[in-house]
Amino acid sequence: MSLVIKVGLASCGLAAGAGEVYDAIQKHIKKNKIDAELKKTACIGMCFVEPLVEIYEEEKKSITYGDVTPENVGDIIDAFSKGKPIEENVIISNILKGSENKTFKKQKRIVLRNCGIIDPISINDYLEKDGYSALEKSIKNMSREEIIDEIKNSGLRGRGGAGFPTGLKWQFAYNAQNDKKYIVCNADEGDPGAFMDRSVLEGDPHSVIEGMIIGAYAIGADEGYIYCRAEYPLAIKHLNIAIEQATKKGYIGNKIFGTDFNFELHIKEGAGAFVCGEETALMASIEGKRGMPTIRPPFPAQSGLWGKPTNINNVETFANIAWIILNGAKEYAKYGTEKSKGTKVFALAGKIKNSGLIEVPMGMSLRDVIYDVGGGMKTERPFKGVQLGGPSGGCLPAELLDTIVDYDSINKTGAIMGSGGMVVMDTSSCMVDIAKFFLNFTQNESCGKCTFCRVGTKRMLEILTRISEGNGKMEDLDTLEELSENIKKGSLCGLGQTAPNPVLTTLKYFREEYIAHIKDKKCPAGVCTALIKYEIIEDKCIGCTVCAMKCPVNCISGERKQVHKIDQNVCIKCGACYDACKFDAIKKG
Amino acid sequence: MKYKTEIDIAINKFVGKKGALIPLLQNAQDIEGYLSKEIMSYVSEKTGIKLAHIYGVATFYTMFRLKPQGKHIIRVCKGTACHVSNANSIMNEVNNHLNLSGKEDTTKDGNFTVMSVACLGCCSLAPVIMVDDNTYGKLTPDSIGKILKKYE
Repeated sequence: MSLVIKVGLASCGLAAGAGEVYDAIQKHIKKNKIDAELKKTACIGMCFVEPLVEIYEEEKKSITYGDVTPENVGDIIDAFSKGKPIEENVIISNILKGSENKTFKKQKRIVLRNCGIIDPISINDYLEKDGYSALEKSIKNMSREEIIDEIKNSGLRGRGGAGFPTGLKWQFAYNAQNDKKYIVCNADEGDPGAFMDRSVLEGDPHSVIEGMIIGAYAIGADEGYIYCRAEYPLAIKHLNIAIEQATKKGYIGNKIFGTDFNFELHIKEGAGAFVCGEETALMASIEGKRGMPTIRPPFPAQSGLWGKPTNINNVETFANIAWIILNGAKEYAKYGTEKSKGTKVFALAGKIKNSGLIEVPMGMSLRDVIYDVGGGMKTERPFKGVQLGGPSGGCLPAELLDTIVDYDSINKTGAIMGSGGMVVMDTSSCMVDIAKFFLNFTQNESCGKCTFCRVGTKRMLEILTRISEGNGKMEDLDTLEELSENIKKGSLCGLGQTAPNPVLTTLKYFREEYIAHIKDKKCPAGVCTALIKYEIIEDKCIGCTVCAMKCPVNCISGERKQVHKIDQNVCIKCGACYDACKFDAIKKG
Repeated sequence: MKYKTEIDIAINKFVGKKGALIPLLQNAQDIEGYLSKEIMSYVSEKTGIKLAHIYGVATFYTMFRLKPQGKHIIRVCKGTACHVSNANSIMNEVNNHLNLSGKEDTTKDGNFTVMSVACLGCCSLAPVIMVDDNTYGKLTPDSIGKILKKYE
């Protein structure tokens, strides 16, 4: 029996060197005349051990290796062929004992069902996994109302962040009377720290396309757009290939499955504007205008793209649709909590051990997500906070780790579920700095239409900068809160309405850190450069000169084998000396 | 005008299509590396779209550049995961290595343009930079020199 070898070649894998590994395998197979089929796949979600290689004769007896290099991949293949697989760096396996993976065990993969398993640019791979059979079922056996009811009953809510019930959204678009309707997929994943949509588009583009076609059929649209950010070139490439394949097979085009249903699908590349994730701004951008939000009502379901009824859903939402149609609303609603059904994909990043993509049933606690599925902290430093929902979300402290992951429970804390970015921080992160980081982001990305968002975020950023430089006053904290409330009230779209969240949550849960910056002029985490100082500990310095060589501004002086000195007037506090010193002879304080 | 034929081809490809301005400008930018005043006026003249509208769009989106840029684009990721993994030190090192003060973003020889981007979506490999279409992850300031050498 021949071997099957799969290499994960999504953006994250490629960045970790999977391309070289793929080439090395190809060479090795050819040179040693090994009977093996080398396949490409995308991201299985375990980005922290990329490059990943899966190897098997029968799919049920496979081993996935992590941290594979071009040098060791030959040995892995040879050992496997001899029936004595190498047991090092095994990430998942159903044949080796003791390697059941905790990360996988607690997950339920609906959206990510094919990611990292199939070749994303092979429609046959997708068809083998029941691909497009949900579309066939919808068009041949279900009425439009039945499809919408099925989605309603599943309890699926918009995965882009706001959590509006998807079935209801479809109903509104269905109800709108017009001869022309559009369906749009929002793939403008702009939240820094979130990469769920990228992974789904790279790893299983057909699942999103199938969901869109079903949606189009249900609401009566005959044209669709996928608005994808240009920073994701591989996702765009895979989408283009997938659309071409689906068109050839007749899933896109005229008279789909011999009915009167026609559908055409286009890709629109974004041009770099976070606000275009907001639906009215997104539509303006598709129309070729500046992406500025407009007042709702009218909602897109009444008057959207070019004034026609339009339905917009997020990538992850669409990726759920085919599964729900095939397995039924009841099956989907088995997962999750009363008001948040199904599963949610999260992008784990920051100081967490198993960073990458996971999909868990709603209702799991943050603690279980971070410690069980995510493997806990990467460093020896303790957990300090987790940032949920990107620039619109908030930072939650250790006391709130038992919060349950569903829309309503997370909203209660002041953060939001958002699109699913979860950045874990240890004590080396400063919360004032994090708040400043997000405010800087939203201030840059504010489109400038609403005064409170445009000017208010700028004023807030100035105050935060002042605090981080040790020039803050206690009254500043009240001003920040007052401005926050006004920005929330006075902004038209979600960007402004949620921009103060990172500040409000850090003020609520990490207030003492703000006070330390203001009263003690200290940054407890040692991040805010104006408040820290690097000094050489005379007893420990052996005069190796490494720090002086590393210093970008040449502010460290001293002869070889003599104690060195840092000129504080010139020092830019980059920390290069601190990182370079092997003798712990530099202190940060 | 330089690249007139190429620009004409781009215009003809999009003319009459709905919402074509942004892809048209992206196309034009790919040709010359940036959007010059001359190109924007020409596109306006040929398509009938008002110059003010074109300029409005070009200045709204961060991907459009109104200044010439280097042969290689270095995108330093400043997303959340990269930020908490000390992306600032990476940015400093890139600027240091290329002798850029942080005010100007393109090297004197026109080989590199440095920009910071909000997120490249490779958060588990933070901190990350992208040079042209290649992504490099798990960086330390020490690794920068070796990477940039490939493009010098």
